[in-house]
Amino acid sequence: MTTQELIPTCSVDIFDFHGGIHPEEHKTDSNQQPIRVLGLPPKLILPLKQHIGAASKLHVEVGQKVLKGQKLADADGPFSVALHAPTSGEVVAIDDQLIAHPSGQTDCCITLIPDGEDKWCELHPCEDFHQLSTSQIQAKVSEAGIAGMGGAGFPTAIKIAPPNLATIDTLILNAAECEPYITSDDRLLQERASEVVEGLEILIKVLGVHQCLIGIEDNKPEAILALQKALAGKDIQLCVVPTKYPSGGEKQLIKLLTNKEVPSGRIPADIGIVCQNVATVAAIYRAVRFGEPLISRITTLTGEQIAERGNVEVLLGTPIDWMLKQVNYQSAKVQRLIMGGPMMGFTLLHSEVPVVKTTNCILAPSPKELPLSPPAQACIRCGLCADACPAELLPQQLYWFSRAEEYEKAEHHNLFDCIECGACSYVCPSSIPLVQYYRHSKGKIKQQRENHRKSDQARERFEARQRRLEQEQAEKAAKRKERAEAAAKAQAAKLAQAEQQAEMNLDSASKAVVQEASDRSQTKQALADEALDLDTLKSAWEKAQAKLDKMFDALDDAKANNSEQVDKLTRAVEKNQMRVNQAKMAWQKAQKAQQIQSVSVTEAQEQDEPDIEALTLAVEKAEAKLIKMEDALAQAADEQKERLTRAVEKNKLRVEQAKQVLEDAKASLAKSQGANEAQSTIAEAEKPDLNALTLVLEKAQAKLIKMEDALAQAADEQKEKLTRAVEKNKVRVEAAKQALEEAQEQLNIDISDQSKGGKS
Amino acid sequence: MVSIILTAVVALLGLAMVFGILLGFAAVRFKVEGNPIVDQIDSLLPQTQCGQCGHPGCRPYAEGIAAGEEINKCPPGGEETIHALADLLDVEAPALDAEHGVEKPKTVAVIREDECIGCTKCIQACPIDAILGSAKHMHTVIASECTGCDLCVEPCPVDCIDMVPVDNGLAAWNWDAPKPLNIIATDSASYHGAESV
Amino acid sequence: MALISISSPHSKGPQRTSIMMRWVIAMTIPGLIAQTIFFGWGNLHNVLWCSIVALASEAVILKIRKRPLGFYLNDYSALVTGVLLGLALPPFAPWWVSLISTAFAIIFAKHLYGGMGYNPFNPAMVGYALVLVSFPVAMTTNWATPLSLLEHAPSITDTFAKIWSETALPDAFTGATPLDTYKHEIAHSLSDEVLQSPVFGRFYALGWEWVNLAFLAGGLVLLALKVIPWQTPAGVLLGLAIPALILGWDADQSAPFMLHMLAGATMLSAFFIATDPVTSCTTARGRLIFGLGVGVFTYIIRRYGSYPDAFAFAVLLMNFTAPLIDVYTQPRTYGHTKAQRGPKAKERH
Repeated sequence: MTTQELIPTCSVDIFDFHGGIHPEEHKTDSNQQPIRVLGLPPKLILPLKQHIGAASKLHVEVGQKVLKGQKLADADGPFSVALHAPTSGEVVAIDDQLIAHPSGQTDCCITLIPDGEDKWCELHPCEDFHQLSTSQIQAKVSEAGIAGMGGAGFPTAIKIAPPNLATIDTLILNAAECEPYITSDDRLLQERASEVVEGLEILIKVLGVHQCLIGIEDNKPEAILALQKALAGKDIQLCVVPTKYPSGGEKQLIKLLTNKEVPSGRIPADIGIVCQNVATVAAIYRAVRFGEPLISRITTLTGEQIAERGNVEVLLGTPIDWMLKQVNYQSAKVQRLIMGGPMMGFTLLHSEVPVVKTTNCILAPSPKELPLSPPAQACIRCGLCADACPAELLPQQLYWFSRAEEYEKAEHHNLFDCIECGACSYVCPSSIPLVQYYRHSKGKIKQQRENHRKSDQARERFEARQRRLEQEQAEKAAKRKERAEAAAKAQAAKLAQAEQQAEMNLDSASKAVVQEASDRSQTKQALADEALDLDTLKSAWEKAQAKLDKMFDALDDAKANNSEQVDKLTRAVEKNQMRVNQAKMAWQKAQKAQQIQSVSVTEAQEQDEPDIEALTLAVEKAEAKLIKMEDALAQAADEQKERLTRAVEKNKLRVEQAKQVLEDAKASLAKSQGANEAQSTIAEAEKPDLNALTLVLEKAQAKLIKMEDALAQAADEQKEKLTRAVEKNKVRVEAAKQALEEAQEQLNIDISDQSKGGKS
Repeated sequence: MVSIILTAVVALLGLAMVFGILLGFAAVRFKVEGNPIVDQIDSLLPQTQCGQCGHPGCRPYAEGIAAGEEINKCPPGGEETIHALADLLDVEAPALDAEHGVEKPKTVAVIREDECIGCTKCIQACPIDAILGSAKHMHTVIASECTGCDLCVEPCPVDCIDMVPVDNGLAAWNWDAPKPLNIIATDSASYHGAESV
Repeated sequence: MALISISSPHSKGPQRTSIMMRWVIAMTIPGLIAQTIFFGWGNLHNVLWCSIVALASEAVILKIRKRPLGFYLNDYSALVTGVLLGLALPPFAPWWVSLISTAFAIIFAKHLYGGMGYNPFNPAMVGYALVLVSFPVAMTTNWATPLSLLEHAPSITDTFAKIWSETALPDAFTGATPLDTYKHEIAHSLSDEVLQSPVFGRFYALGWEWVNLAFLAGGLVLLALKVIPWQTPAGVLLGLAIPALILGWDADQSAPFMLHMLAGATMLSAFFIATDPVTSCTTARGRLIFGLGVGVFTYIIRRYGSYPDAFAFAVLLMNFTAPLIDVYTQPRTYGHTKAQRGPKAKERH
């Protein structure tokens, strides 16, 4: 059987993908023997996560007896699959066990001890899948816990129910099995091609596609033959592709069969293609036809350290060391146990780990068969890796970036499009472990992204907290302010009350004082206005004067030159003279008025003195009044004499009283001066008093002089009266003089007392 | 002779002018709009807000760096952050300043809940509000938010907070970088040895 | 039972750097044989002498750099440098010229840049250019006259005497190369007269044509073995052929096409020197451009420069540009609509 004979069954063109390698195949080591069933191991270890996505959710408890096919764990969300008991028995433990993982770490597993009865739970077979609806089939697949069995373990339920179901037009069965050594799909097709084909028909119905392609490498003639037989009369294309690793890579197979490329970072469904692995399709068939969940798989056991190489059907959870014992495995001194093929498989650190849904091969090579890589040499940029890369990357550049930890650049050079097929490492003449560099870099980049996400989150929370604290602070501050304001208001109210009381207690004099003060200020204002007026008047006068001067000049000129105009000008000059006079008068009037006002203001200002001065003034006023009255008395007719005398007496009394008050005030003031108070302060405080007295004296003298003048001028009949008045005034002046002297004396004594007190 | 010198001077001046204009134009035309430097620095810091650098949080330190402070004061960020900062600022990457602490594996705070007396002191200390609880009630750390900054350990009056290493299990596992081969390592090892001596 | 853990792939292809280097060395043998037949023992002596110098310099510098000798000497890269220099230098070049050239190539051009894989310039060509510039007389007057033009061929002892003690031999033993002859004669003669010179022989360049054909044959084997990529030699030959065809139509102006292709170091350079992976481009397209550049520069220098042959300078010039060419010739990755070419804009998020 040659390839040429097989190809005509395919009516679609086969394309090519970039790169690829041709490693030694070693397929015949294991594909010549029929699939053996290994039987029941003493215990089964079932990891809860045998697929990509979320771990399954536990459905059983320790000690629970379960039947074969009974659900042990549920899918946890859509991106997860269920897990079933591979045989009947008892759950003895649910704990962390070593699992098949390159790290050699542990994960949560269910440990099941078989009871040997291998008794099925109730199944729901279906003779004819055509009677089932699409959603029923999808539900059955979902219930069966099927995950991609080619190696990646993508949940199949998602793959057969893509969100863009309507746009899916091609179904591809990936039977390429390009990895050397692995023959599990090959053997499955040889023995159960009809199951696989029926599985495909189920998928064609579910996905509603019009094109179904089978991609198979030309190094599996028996499988191709079996498929041809099973496909007779079916609308499914069998496409035989040339053997080239990694034609079984999903993206590469799609390129081979359709010449389309899956966009970077997307999945085949985005370009209307669904790819399924042979074993997965067979499992779908069994799930739909017999209702059987995924509890076993076909695994290739190969490598020179295994005597009975071949394919075995083995229950999921079977410990690998038990399985190897069944096939006569002899460990070498330095042994690699590889799960998967020699190109993409990973080495196991422990042989007791269990078989999982993705275990398609256990490879136990002898050291000669797959020698360890020689030590890496320097990269010589030969470019063989770029020629081999199926993703058309420049592996050697990615290597430089990864080595230098320039992850940003590595990402820029599409590191994440690397499918880790290992072709570059395979061809590298310097034996550089390129794939390991890429894996490490990818992990690092993901870690950095995660760290960045976390730090962003932390920053957000930190800033939120800062804002919250600030807000709290602001609120607190606002509250404090509010409280302070309320307190201040209460205080103010109390104060206002007290003030009111105090105001009421105050005598009306203070009010009058206030009134006076305001009057005074008004007067001052008026004065200022007047002053303004005065200025304008003055300027008007001056202007008029200037004009007049000009006219005089003009008149002189006219007189000298032209006598005709002299009359006119003379009249105009007269008019202007009048105007000037008017302006002058207006100004003089205003000035006089202002002078009067300013005098009153000055007086008023003088009144605006401390207490004692006011009292002094009151005394003066009373005295002035008294004098007036005495004058009036002197002038009055005899009949009124009596009345006036009484009034004078009264007034005298008042003056006496006022004097008394003044004296008291002076005394109290002197007393109130503290002994330790500064001398100068006291002197200043006393000065007004002294000044006032001096003023009184001067006034009295001035009046006396006036009176004497008047007396000299007066007629004889009035002489007597005036003489009396003068006499009186003389007496007053004497009294004032005396008072002043007394006050001065008093002050001197006070000052000396104080200075003594200050000294002591 | 003079004319030759003159020609040369003129030619050089002309060239200088042309290139100056070109460069000036390029500087304007191809100006790279960037985040303010503080934001860029801040985005490289680990945001643990631990204050080990002597600033009350990462952003103040970013501002400090922008103002010329050393870039090696962040133990939680470690070498990686120092290198990233050195890259950004185009300076030599110094070693981590031990004065501010040493690089430790990532940890997360865990409260021994039966010992917690509900004093809320740790809640007040946490810079990112990652501790839940109220007065007189047990507190607990939101592990997914905790940055492992350590600031809650000190205030706890009953010492019931532990810093435990983060263990994300398989999800966080990563392939080791290929070991530098002995062949190549010989001189680099002696080089490093010499450096540490 | 010890289980060991290593990253995939676990299967390793047969290709090794040392195997590739050995193939390169092996495929120079036809050319070396042709050189010996047509020009005497000089080149054979030089190949051996340069190899010894190369290995010795490599060993000394590895010792100084504290690297294990066995591991690095085993990659044969030093030997390749020595062999290529031995093939390229004039057959009667004094011993010290070869020594300086080779030692400089290994110590300065290779190890001071970090050793194997890190050198930006082709070490052999750096060494060659150094002596070409420093000792122009020794590098131009020591080319061998084809044996068929001599009455009696120089013996091994004659050759040794010439190289080691610079004993004066009959002038007839040495002479200008065809390229040199043409370049100088065409300035004052017609091409027909020039081609009368016995150095051009019956076909294109007496002896040289067979040497070049032998190197071509060896190179084709390397191509078939995928030891060297096809793009570089194709580029070199195209880059040389196109201007030679276009500008060489008038033999009175420049050397005829076939003389360019089969005289001088054309094939040696195209298949053995320009293909040095470390210093050439890494992308497929880049290699083609690199080769074209080497060819074009060779033509330009041969035609307009003062040197009759110019591969050393052409290769070194293109070595400068290789990293830049790489940046702009990135292939389009699977699943991408466009290749990401050019330097990455410095953006930070």
